[in-house]
Amino acid sequence: MKVMIRGNESIAYAFKLAKVKVIPAYPITPSTLVPEKISEFIANGEMDAQFVPVESEHSAISAAIGASSKGVRVGTATASQGLALMHEVLFIASGMRLPIVMGIGNRALSAPINIWCDHQDMMAQRDTGWMQFYAESNQEGLDLGLMAFKIAEDERILLPAMIGIDAFVLTHTVEPVEMPEQKDVDDFLGEFVPHYVTLDPKKPATLGSFGFPQHYMEFKFGQWVAMEHAKKVIDEVFEKFANKFDRKYSKVSAEFMEDANIAIVTMGSMSGTAREFVKKMREKGKKIGLVKLTVFRPFPKEELLSILKDVPVVAVMERNISFGFGGAVYAEMGANFVNESKSPKILDFIVGLGGRDITFKTFEAVLETAERSLKGEKVDEVNWVDVNKEAVLKVEGSL
Amino acid sequence: MTENYEDMEFFAPGHGMCAGCAAPIIVKWVLKLSGPNTIVVNATGCLEVATTAYPHTSWRIPWLHVAFENSAAAASGVEAALRATGEKANVIVFGGDGGTVDIGLQALSGMVERGHNVLYVLYDNEAYMNTGIQRSSATPWGAWTTTSKVGKANPIGKLRPKKPIARIIAAHNAKYVATANPAIFQDFKKKVQKALSYEGPRFLHVLSSCTTGWRHDPSKTIEILRLAADTGLFPLYEIIDGDIENMRITYHPKKFKPVEEYLKMQGRFRHLLKNPDLVKKLQDDVNAWWEKYGYH
Ligand SMILES: Cc1ncc(C[n+]2csc(CCOP(=O)(O)OP(=O)(O)O)c2C)c(N)n1
Ligand code: SF4
Ligand SMILES: [Mg+2]
Repeated sequence: MKVMIRGNESIAYAFKLAKVKVIPAYPITPSTLVPEKISEFIANGEMDAQFVPVESEHSAISAAIGASSKGVRVGTATASQGLALMHEVLFIASGMRLPIVMGIGNRALSAPINIWCDHQDMMAQRDTGWMQFYAESNQEGLDLGLMAFKIAEDERILLPAMIGIDAFVLTHTVEPVEMPEQKDVDDFLGEFVPHYVTLDPKKPATLGSFGFPQHYMEFKFGQWVAMEHAKKVIDEVFEKFANKFDRKYSKVSAEFMEDANIAIVTMGSMSGTAREFVKKMREKGKKIGLVKLTVFRPFPKEELLSILKDVPVVAVMERNISFGFGGAVYAEMGANFVNESKSPKILDFIVGLGGRDITFKTFEAVLETAERSLKGEKVDEVNWVDVNKEAVLKVEGSL
Repeated sequence: MTENYEDMEFFAPGHGMCAGCAAPIIVKWVLKLSGPNTIVVNATGCLEVATTAYPHTSWRIPWLHVAFENSAAAASGVEAALRATGEKANVIVFGGDGGTVDIGLQALSGMVERGHNVLYVLYDNEAYMNTGIQRSSATPWGAWTTTSKVGKANPIGKLRPKKPIARIIAAHNAKYVATANPAIFQDFKKKVQKALSYEGPRFLHVLSSCTTGWRHDPSKTIEILRLAADTGLFPLYEIIDGDIENMRITYHPKKFKPVEEYLKMQGRFRHLLKNPDLVKKLQDDVNAWWEKYGYH
């Protein structure tokens, strides 16, 4: 059945369809509608779950760990400052191998305070041991939300997962979404079985104990292995999902890439605009293609190597910045090719921070630089696009 | 009638806490009174660190540690999961004063306000002991710690009084709040039993001496704790349903002992004894408290 819903509702419906049992959550723009919607589902008797209206995001994720340790399915949602406040506890959720799923309304971080879209919030959590998925549309938000449970709870994995939906562009925008039938979701996810040790008075266990140097690294190596296994399990689950619901997902999707000499790499909602731009450029005879990352953790190394190895120029467009180096996707893309005998020229484009619009004009600027690089011209590795550089350099001093 | 588990040990011996530490006595007895159908959430601190060196454990009941400041939130999650599945079990938090009165106060406030069915037990050794005796907001006025040092410019040590955490939690309309002292054992035991008998958020503030941080002879634990009660420095009371006006004092020392008797057994107060004015100030504070509240 097709419904018209906002991105936040995609996450809320994913939790409802997955029959999540405990949802501890705290309001923050732009993801506030998730706990509001859950509260509504419960009030209407449509959802049999415990909503815990915690006093902070730190407590939201802490309560999520408590509930998940007890052995029930747990979901939560946050964004930006809220996700940053959770930082400490995110490591604990993954270190304890609890398959919690969290929706993120990807939003910029202060200062200056800003409620609009970028990916800095989730990118800043990339080392916390959570799997990371980025949705292009509300449909993807819902589907990835459902699949995240199946992947996270797989006994080969047992890692928490976040699904990023872009602030406002998705969280608050109504889009048509194919709503799966409950029985199909039940069928797809199966009964929740915790494949981990839980808090059970009949089988007492100590969870979250003190790890000395002689054990700590084995725990961490276990998480590394699980994240490696996740690459395969994600593919399996994507395939199962496609078979059941007829919607295909892949960690990396390549479009117009067969003969491309310039690849634009995107994540999240900007991929839609990018696709239109690429189509238009193709009509003009330009050999440009689109590579969309749906999964960022685990980093889809193998797929990117095979898609991009023969492409002369790769233009990474990203809504995050690691000051002192460049964007996170650029850094990892570069590292991905460093030991290959052949590597594309990899360029970084910092775009759309704090909700700045990403338009055809943005893509034109990216393409212009990428084409110069293709011709052999030397161009900057990290390029800030759509920024009033003159004004800033006047204050900060020129480079 | 619930079963009696007083002959059983749910907190196994063989942990790494210091000889003479009061915390294991508190934990052991709370668990004997709660029995095996209990889930414990423990904040980072001495108790947690010294009892769960992987792969060993001192806990014979299910036990969860998440972090320092969030045990009340983690327990809220455990309790919500129990509600979701319809199971029944005691959910008990053990937190130190740092993890409860300072960094964990927000989470605790939230847990109590939301009405979670959790018994929160604060074992209060009046400083951050696990990190080496730093002051907390539960450190009493006049105590030396490594961050309230005593010197020429500061002959007192900690300059601010202890935060009245039990009254703060009671002011949240918690179901049951009490201060307790394992050396006043019958009172302590009764309060644990009473706390366990209620539903809703319950809070026990239990004084817990620390041989290392209080600088006392490990064989004098009970003696010192008894003096905390008998000098009136750590009053024992209970507050039901947030009715602070009707706070009930549960232990009246027959004859109040002078505060010096408590101070002189602990290295952390040694500097105060050199200055009779400071001792007098402390005695006056104690007298004032009992004058104000002693009729309760
Ligand atoms: C967020 C955070 N800050 C600081 C610490 C370091 N730390 C661990 S235990 C502790 C003190 C614990 O004091 P308390 O709660 O009084 O327990 P005690 O060790 O005295 O029993 C501190 C500061 C930490 N683990 N986490
Ligand atoms: S340092 Fe103090 S609180 Fe910690 S175990 Fe030793 S006596 Fe107990
Ligand atoms: Mg302490």
